[in-house]
Amino acid sequence: MNADLVITLTAILVSVASALLGTFLVLRRMALMSDAISHAALPGIVLAYWLSGGERATPVALAGAAAAGLVTVTLVEWLTRSGKVKNDAAIGIVFPALFSLGVLAVSLYFRQVHLDLDAVLYGEIAYAPFNTLTLGGREIPESWLIMGSLALLNLLFVLLFYKELKLATFDAGLAAALGFAPGVLHYALMTLVSFTAVGAFQSVGAILIVAFLIIPPATAYLLTERLPVMIGLAVGVGVVSSLAGYALAIWLDASIAGMMATVAGICFALAFFFSPLEGLLTTRIRRERDRLLVAARLLVAHLAHHDRPVSEQEVIEEFAWNPRFLKRVRHKALQMGWLEVTQGGLRPRHPPQ
Amino acid sequence: MLETVAHVFTDYTLRNVALGSALLGVVGGVLGAFAVLRRQSLLGDVLAHAALPGICLAFLLTGSKVPLLLLLGGGLAGWLASLGVLAVLRHTRLPEDSALGVMLSSFFGFGVALLTFIQHSNNARQAGLDQFIFGQAATIVASDVLNFMVLGGLALFIVGLFYKEFKLLSFDPAYAHSLGLPVRGLGTLLTSLTVLAVMVGLQTVGVVLMAALLIAPAAAARQWTDRLSTLIGLAALFGALAGVSGALLSASRENLPTGPLVVITMSAILLVSLFFAPLRGLVWDWARARQHRRRVYLERLLLDAHVLYNHEQLSPQTLALRRRESAAVARRHLEVLRALGWVEPNQNGYALTPTGHQKAHELEQAMRVLPKTVEGK
Repeated sequence: MNADLVITLTAILVSVASALLGTFLVLRRMALMSDAISHAALPGIVLAYWLSGGERATPVALAGAAAAGLVTVTLVEWLTRSGKVKNDAAIGIVFPALFSLGVLAVSLYFRQVHLDLDAVLYGEIAYAPFNTLTLGGREIPESWLIMGSLALLNLLFVLLFYKELKLATFDAGLAAALGFAPGVLHYALMTLVSFTAVGAFQSVGAILIVAFLIIPPATAYLLTERLPVMIGLAVGVGVVSSLAGYALAIWLDASIAGMMATVAGICFALAFFFSPLEGLLTTRIRRERDRLLVAARLLVAHLAHHDRPVSEQEVIEEFAWNPRFLKRVRHKALQMGWLEVTQGGLRPRHPPQ
Repeated sequence: MLETVAHVFTDYTLRNVALGSALLGVVGGVLGAFAVLRRQSLLGDVLAHAALPGICLAFLLTGSKVPLLLLLGGGLAGWLASLGVLAVLRHTRLPEDSALGVMLSSFFGFGVALLTFIQHSNNARQAGLDQFIFGQAATIVASDVLNFMVLGGLALFIVGLFYKEFKLLSFDPAYAHSLGLPVRGLGTLLTSLTVLAVMVGLQTVGVVLMAALLIAPAAAARQWTDRLSTLIGLAALFGALAGVSGALLSASRENLPTGPLVVITMSAILLVSLFFAPLRGLVWDWARARQHRRRVYLERLLLDAHVLYNHEQLSPQTLALRRRESAAVARRHLEVLRALGWVEPNQNGYALTPTGHQKAHELEQAMRVLPKTVEGK
């Protein structure tokens, strides 16, 4: 099968599966739990590998990682609730500890086995075309099957529990009062995040999965205030990053997942500067336009008090504006059709009635 | 084990590794104390990841693997990422954790891309670059320890210089601002020092585990004291302890990487602190809660006995009926009260002793206040 196709479709499936869950992680202020889970999944995978007697079967790894993910979530919750440490510190304590256990186990017992730490940390999507299995007489890439099922599972979860997720995300108190069991939803979400992280391990790696979970939803967050639109945009950004990242990686001969994360980061930067909602530059431009509009109104109101055209010099003295600013204000006022420039100076334009 | 300890003084490599890890623990502990207090625990994690592209770019531009140069590149990148986080927080509605996550993963992704780009470019000098990034404590040599000392010493010196200002900044930034302190500048300085600490730590424990060395010592120290100066001292001590024992443990057997062991030792210290630190420890919390529950339980038992004694008769049967428990349990309860000297057996069953009366009266007086306060609300 065409390697390009296998790799890009795998990446797209990863980004779709991630964007669906990541949206809720970002909204629920649990973005960094994905970082924690993706690291803590390592000891889970090692344990599953050991328990299954050296099989590298994906379902076993998934189960192990999901267990590790739940342990992480539970420990963080417990530490936070005990009131001894704050939530962010709890995350920062739990996952390095679990991750260390995983690294230790790998270097002690699985050194010779192909459980390469680099591969777990980075992942290598370029190998996706080589892992295939036969299904119904046709050979399909394993990554399509795994990531496809995960994307479908996440999609089903979001569709089925959309109402509950929405309510629990925006008003956890009300959700609890209505008997929606936000706790169960929380753990279900975290289980799926663990699944997705492990499923994507081979393709994008432990650390880069965080990029796929957080950056597209965060980008979408800057672009809209509506939840369905945000989910759609997050998926879109994920897909664009996958495609453009792949193209760049081939061109530069660099890590595919790394390049995809880079492109996602660029998408975020673009949204940060140019989002029509609250982009840095957009806001600045809008503020500048408003400032000019106010100044133009002020100018016209001032001119209306005079029976004669007023020279620009007088306006400058009156308002203590610098000439360049006046020029811009004049331009704005002309553009709006509020002003006439005559021989003697400026004068308000009367509407042709 | 003793043999290993003795090795520290004789074995050149082990001495450097132990010393380097200890220094890292001290610097991480001190700066982590401020980071945790300012609720910036995860900044260390972000910085450690964000350093990667900087290190790669420094190598690409200079072609050298001089640690100080690479650290400088990494530091610049980490610093840029932290500025990015601040800018996102200042100009958007995005929550803090997402801002941190975005910077962490996009910088790191770019770094991974650069690293593979370098590796694929068949540059012979690149070998070992990834060790530098992912930490290889076993390769710490004397000149590295010297670097640590200079950089760490500089960081600690600056903390000492601005101790009062940093303290105020951590606990009451609004007050600090009203006193006319340059709050933003001081915050940036403190963050920059954290960048320095992270860069020093990168080489020893690697990107992923650096976060723990900033957070855990401070979190452990927090359980033992309420005073900042003691907290900082303890955090430094715990960090150093974890560093040295991690190094020793990893030297005691083959195939034991130092970084993870340092983190695991630190986690053990943290667990002990969480459970057993006097006053704040969880074990004492549980003991106190248990004691409290037992007191409330006994008081309710006595009040039930008191009511029964005043209105009908106090016996295992009546008590069982009132408390909806079996007669056997009620009999045991009466024995408990008797052991406390609050009831005594008489011909009808049981009677309250004078002490029991006195106590029940006191409790009723105390409870009478309750409805009033509730209504008065």
